[in-house]
Amino acid sequence: MTRKHTRIMGVVAALAAATLALSSCGSDDGGNDGGTDGGTSNSAGQVEVFTWWASGSEKLGLDALVEVFNTRHPDVEFVNGAVAGGAGSAAKDLLQSRLQTNDPPDTFQAHAGAELTDYINAAQIEDVSDLYEEFELTEAFPEDLISRLTVDDKIYSIPSNIHRANMTWANPTVLTEAGLDPTATYATLDEWFPALDAVQATGKTPLSIATTWTQVHLLETVLLSALGDEAYSGLWDGTTDWNSPEVTAALEDFEKLMSYTNTDRDGLDWPDATQQVIDGQAAFNVMGDWAVAAFEEAGQEAETDFIYFPVPGTDGVFDFLADSFTLPVGAPNADGAKAWLETVGSLEGQTAFNQAKGSIPARTDADPADFSEYQQTAITSFADDTIVSSLAHGAATPVATLNAITDATSKFTSGGSDLASFQSELAAAAGSGS
Amino acid sequence: MFRKFRHWGPPLLLISPTLIVLGIFVYGLIAVNINTSLTDANDAARSVGSEPSTFVGLDNYAELLGSQDFQHSLRNLVLYTVVFLVGTMAFGFLWAWLLDRPVRFEGFYRSIYLFPMAVSFIASGVVWRWLLNSNQGESALGLNRLFQMVGLGFLQNNWWNNINVGIAAIAIPAIWQLSGYVMALFLAGFRGIPDELREAGRMDGASEWKLYRFVIFPQLGPVALAAVIIIGHMSLKAFDLIMSISKPANYQTKVPAVDMYILKSSFDYASAAAVGTILLVIVGVLVVPYLIHNHREGRS
Amino acid sequence: MTTAAAAAAAAAAELTTPIRPASRAKAPVGRFSAGRTIRYALLLVFVMIVLVPVYVLVVTSFKGAGDASPARAWNLPQIWTTENWRTAWETLSPALGRTFQMVIPAAIISSVLGSLNGFVLSRWRFRGADIVFTLILFGMFIPYQAVIIPLSQIVVQVGLPSGVPTLIFLHVIYGLPITTLIFRNYYQSIPHELIEAARIDGAGMLRTYYSVVLPISVPSFVVVLIWQFTSAWNDFLFAVFFSSSQNGPVTLALNNLANGAMLQNYGVSMAGALLASFPTLLVYILLGRYFIGGLMSGSVKG
Repeated sequence: MTRKHTRIMGVVAALAAATLALSSCGSDDGGNDGGTDGGTSNSAGQVEVFTWWASGSEKLGLDALVEVFNTRHPDVEFVNGAVAGGAGSAAKDLLQSRLQTNDPPDTFQAHAGAELTDYINAAQIEDVSDLYEEFELTEAFPEDLISRLTVDDKIYSIPSNIHRANMTWANPTVLTEAGLDPTATYATLDEWFPALDAVQATGKTPLSIATTWTQVHLLETVLLSALGDEAYSGLWDGTTDWNSPEVTAALEDFEKLMSYTNTDRDGLDWPDATQQVIDGQAAFNVMGDWAVAAFEEAGQEAETDFIYFPVPGTDGVFDFLADSFTLPVGAPNADGAKAWLETVGSLEGQTAFNQAKGSIPARTDADPADFSEYQQTAITSFADDTIVSSLAHGAATPVATLNAITDATSKFTSGGSDLASFQSELAAAAGSGS
Repeated sequence: MFRKFRHWGPPLLLISPTLIVLGIFVYGLIAVNINTSLTDANDAARSVGSEPSTFVGLDNYAELLGSQDFQHSLRNLVLYTVVFLVGTMAFGFLWAWLLDRPVRFEGFYRSIYLFPMAVSFIASGVVWRWLLNSNQGESALGLNRLFQMVGLGFLQNNWWNNINVGIAAIAIPAIWQLSGYVMALFLAGFRGIPDELREAGRMDGASEWKLYRFVIFPQLGPVALAAVIIIGHMSLKAFDLIMSISKPANYQTKVPAVDMYILKSSFDYASAAAVGTILLVIVGVLVVPYLIHNHREGRS
Repeated sequence: MTTAAAAAAAAAAELTTPIRPASRAKAPVGRFSAGRTIRYALLLVFVMIVLVPVYVLVVTSFKGAGDASPARAWNLPQIWTTENWRTAWETLSPALGRTFQMVIPAAIISSVLGSLNGFVLSRWRFRGADIVFTLILFGMFIPYQAVIIPLSQIVVQVGLPSGVPTLIFLHVIYGLPITTLIFRNYYQSIPHELIEAARIDGAGMLRTYYSVVLPISVPSFVVVLIWQFTSAWNDFLFAVFFSSSQNGPVTLALNNLANGAMLQNYGVSMAGALLASFPTLLVYILLGRYFIGGLMSGSVKG
């Protein structure tokens, strides 16, 4: 904002404040006099935690975490600031206006990784590296993860949970019907295509997919598979050329995979696509490991009713995304926020939260026995595999870059652009963010 | 002087709260918004004011209007508006015309046609998403399935998934919601025509068609104009619908309001503000002549 | 405020023609029986078309978890269950309560202010009243996109608490152009003599309003209250920006229910959609007649 702009804002705000004072309808029940000091002030001993975990397993996870928090910090009262809707988009809008006007919550949820860039650039969140020392998190989290969270030697958030993006889910019955061996593994995408062809021949959907973000999710795993983990990571720091023939080949693979998908994809969200595998309408689905909850919800057993494996060509790589908590600049109750962050990083907190939510702890010292069968395999991979950052879930790029990539992907998959212009739009999108 | 004040002072005082709040919350905010759109607040730091932004003139507008994607959005908006206008006017007029003549249970039909107005798109979007499913043939769902069931299979199509005209399908729920309203308008218009006029027409031996052509339609002119203005400007607000039926990221159904939403989430406040201003200009072009026309009428 | 409200309100203002006496309706019954049959057939077909989405909403809301899927959208429930309704009620009832707390004051305040504005703009005029009216009217047509960025900043800056009070305030402000419009056009039909008589009796502005104008304002109040009620009830944009799931209205809670959860339960979503629409539907069903009446009497009767 220009200074002039700020001044106009100020005048308008002052006028608005005066108006509110004049009109009776502006009165509130929060004890706030409607002045310009900006928002609710937390009394000491309260911590407002801003999340988009308002329903489902996410809410269960939050509840479990709060329980741990209450036993560890009985003197601090948890205040739920959850705002749901559209994977946090509504929450982010509201959060941004609060941060902008210096009325931050005590701590807020954000995807760990590059998505924090905007908050960092806007000087809205604090460096919490010293809390990593204080809570002894540096040793507890895997080194790969720490390096992915570090920006200019500083770390700005504490992850609460980890999800794996590069997973394939499949219905063994559909595979058998297509004459395929359900236990077969596919080392590359090229090995996978004949299997998809075989399913195609039976008239079922080979690969189910949903709306644009799931297509970006597929794109990211294809890039990872075709380019390998190093070149994939290079896409986000500028060391891999988006215009290279290797990327062209990867996008051709993506185009080919999209040709195996259901036509009503744009009208669906991920549970619908996963449901097609559960119902036996589709053979495969590429989705993050939260999909396991959908199978369990439907009463399905791993191995017999559904199978899972890393996206072909990505075995040994853990494409991660994480939720994390931050310390906003000017948090009303910074000590309360630190208490919350302590709980989030603690073994007890991570175990309770992830058991309920279905994700895995960021800590490597959690006892796998506390977790479900799938989670146990994920815990092993997370400890052993190379870790890369997810594009579709905010770990790899700032929001603006992801939005531009999403737009280009939707344009391509809906037939609005050809492969060459898709590639150049992706290159432009990635270039704009760095 | 004092007498003059006694004459116009009290009414002005009475209306001043409204003038002040509207001055701030409509005109003031529009000014702030335009101001933002002329700066380079295109990234997080400058959008939120932690770094100073500078005046860049119409750069943001030039970039938007020059981009192929934004042109696609504008084209979609025009197409949507046309379909929405034609649809609501056609259904609204037809229903009003059917109900104008004496009908048993008129109130029943009227209520049914009018009720979709009471339902928010957040509520009806849940079901429209199912109905406008693009699957056809064997795996058809939603309306496509219904068409098969009632023997109208040839009507199946992929609805809003068509890259060129898909946006027209998004107008269907909007037509569903607002045709009843246009009906109420036309019905009021029909009923407002004095009986003597019709009788006079009949006495002169005019056929039913001529009666409509020369007596009734001209009388409906003002109502039709109002309906066009209102429906037309509402089409700029297709946002709720697209949010609840397709998804903001879908290229097929992009309109400027959706672009703005995405730009805002990218922390590109300057371009987002520019989209807002472009929408305002479009509305202005449509509405201001109408308001001036109204203003003149009001005076005469 | 939703677009629908703006529309209807403006419409009410446009209806400057007198209402047709209902008696005319009697004349030509039974003359063209073939035409009549076709007309009834058409009316019924349209009723069915309009009700298609409602059918799906209703049947799905009574289906069990597996049964409620797009593939079985047109089928009746295999087993009728009210479980979805119970869940939806439990989830939405706090938000429903808050929505009433928000909508009722918003509708009343904006109606009263609109009525006063309409009065001074039509029957107790001052110089420049027409210009002022046109400027107010423009507020009805602005796309919210043109103000939402600064608005979200200002609301926080001013320190309005998130939730019901802020939403009431915003619905009142952005409802004012419409309510003013409806009342102004309605009051223009009041004979000047009535106002003059009061003036000659020495009544001041407020006294004239209270004793002469207000008593005959009932039809307009019905229209305006219904509009403001339904538009505030159905608003989503302001709800998203200025409230949270803890203190927001039912559209927000419904959106969380239908789109927020990782695992969707369609039956509950649809039961919730119906539940969230009941109050406005009830208003239409109970008051619809008065509404259309008021709409039609618009600016005519005095």
